[in-house]
Amino acid sequence: MDIFFFLVFAAIALISAVNVVLQRHPIASALSLIGVMGSIAVLYLLLGAEFIAMAQIIVYAGAVMVLFIFVIMLLNAGAEVRRGRSWTSQLLGIPALLAFVGLIVLFVQRGFADAGYVKFGNFTGGSAQSVGLALFTSYLLPFEVTSVLILVAILGTIVLARKEMD
Amino acid sequence: MPEALQALNNGVPIAWYLILSAVLFALGVAGFLFRRNIITVFMCIELMLNAVNLSFVAFSNQHKLVSGQIFTFFVMVVAAAEAAVGLAIILTVFKNRQTLNIDEINSLKN
Amino acid sequence: MVFVIITLIKLALIAFILLTVLAYLQWVERKVIAHVQVRMGPSRVGPHGLLQPLADVIKLITKEGVMPPHVNSFFYLLAPFLAVFMALISISVIPFGTQLTIGPYTTMMQLTDVNVGILVILAISSMGVYGIALAGWSSNNKYALLGGLRSSAQMISYELPMSLAIASPLLIAGTLSLREIVNSQAGYNFGILPKWLIFAGPFPQIFSFIIFMISAFAETNRIPFDLPEAENELVAGFHVEYSSMTFAAFFMAEYANMVTVCSIATLLFLGGWHPLWPAAYGSNFVAPLILFVAGAVCIYHGLNPARPLDRYTLPAFGIIFFGLAGVMLVPFLVPILMPLFWFLAKCGFLLFVFVWIRATLPRFRYDQLMGFAWKGLFPAALLNLLITGFLVALAS
Repeated sequence: MDIFFFLVFAAIALISAVNVVLQRHPIASALSLIGVMGSIAVLYLLLGAEFIAMAQIIVYAGAVMVLFIFVIMLLNAGAEVRRGRSWTSQLLGIPALLAFVGLIVLFVQRGFADAGYVKFGNFTGGSAQSVGLALFTSYLLPFEVTSVLILVAILGTIVLARKEMD
Repeated sequence: MPEALQALNNGVPIAWYLILSAVLFALGVAGFLFRRNIITVFMCIELMLNAVNLSFVAFSNQHKLVSGQIFTFFVMVVAAAEAAVGLAIILTVFKNRQTLNIDEINSLKN
Repeated sequence: MVFVIITLIKLALIAFILLTVLAYLQWVERKVIAHVQVRMGPSRVGPHGLLQPLADVIKLITKEGVMPPHVNSFFYLLAPFLAVFMALISISVIPFGTQLTIGPYTTMMQLTDVNVGILVILAISSMGVYGIALAGWSSNNKYALLGGLRSSAQMISYELPMSLAIASPLLIAGTLSLREIVNSQAGYNFGILPKWLIFAGPFPQIFSFIIFMISAFAETNRIPFDLPEAENELVAGFHVEYSSMTFAAFFMAEYANMVTVCSIATLLFLGGWHPLWPAAYGSNFVAPLILFVAGAVCIYHGLNPARPLDRYTLPAFGIIFFGLAGVMLVPFLVPILMPLFWFLAKCGFLLFVFVWIRATLPRFRYDQLMGFAWKGLFPAALLNLLITGFLVALAS
């Protein structure tokens, strides 16, 4: 059952990721990226990280991607013009990409062959309570630093994107 | 055959999650290098960050520690801040150059 | 395997009941607004207009679905689908009552009890923005684009005070699972005052409740925050190019969102399915009493009918109400029906408040709306969370 859900959502993630790279219109890429994020959130649930899964949907799919879609709609970004590609580059490039991916699969499989299995329910340390406890005790300093980072990012964004008042 | 079914009952090997993460990362790099629209390049950066997050959570499950998920949390926060600032920069570039094609934004002088 | 079958049966039941409730919610809204404005509302199609939603559904289905040629067709059709999908998914984690035992099978009156239930609701409501933004953009119409962008910006701005208003009672309840939150509100202080989170703990959550309700009005695009979709503003906003079933889909999504936020307010603040006073003082008889009084009123008006057809329909309704009152008195059904009744009563009261405010208030201008969110509601919610956290830390 675990393998079935993993294969389904990994397939959705891979197809959406390929779609992000291959689609010409930015809105189609953005919607495919939302699909990737959603399926990765389900994979997090399978890995027992329930808080991070919901944070992924709330922050990434629900806020960051809305920002992307707003910018695409406001800038009226159109579809990319498909330029001519040389046949040799496609003929050499696609087998090279597949060989590269195959090498990655081989090395990861060989390196992590006995790393254990992921069964739904065998890791319960991903609840909101354990994440919150770790964030506010062992990782308190990075947490406060990231809040300063967010403040700086807000200031930078407002300064960059405002209309010049002369 | 029965031992294959027995192996299926164990769950998903961690290596499969890492392979998925590596392939998503490779797709993100490919999109980053080959696409011409700035916003699509930015989205491929987000794809790479998501792939890395998946890796972190898989390792957190393997070692049964919550630290991997804390790292994921920080990567998410930094990615959100970076997306906001990056899109503001893109808006400013668009206001000045009126184009979103990175091939045409190639001179420092206006 | 039994679990899968039971879940499928619950799914079918909840889906059917939800869709019927959505259709009749529109009837309730039209009748209440009409009576507030001293007129009758739908009264021709069926007794008291009760078949009006059916007539509306038939009209919308058989209406010609015009798809303008200048729209981006894939996204144009995807947008209402996304809106309805997100609106209906959030019903899946809402608990309606306690345990239900039929024969050898025991099940909770909830489709799925997730450990992080309240975060699922927040996540799905933040995904609900996409239906509207895509609808506005794909219509290839500058008014629709403006309306869609305004509505999306309003929804994401009001998510912040809503999340902070939700975080405050969570500090007191101590858990994210919706069923556990309701279970923590069981019991009565001093024997008579319920331990609902709106009255409870070191800091009564009345401000969180008000902030949550205001943000809920803005999240569901209801008056007084419905500028982006009002009929006389911006040519009806983001759904101007939509007709027939796709238009109905957006309104179904809006009503489903309303039901979701009212259910969340009930679960978080008003104690879910716990009665207002203990069963020892007779709260189990509230439901049969209300139904009995309704039946008596129907039969009384049926004896002096205002309209000729009322001579037959009103006594029929009266008998139905008496029958329901009798069902509510059956002893082995009481532990199942009473929690369900209290949950539906509280949720129904909040839905009535939504409709009441629609009938009463004018709408905000867009800059007033956004200024209120960022300069008024967000600092208020932050202050509320701070005070709640401080008092909870002091009390423990």
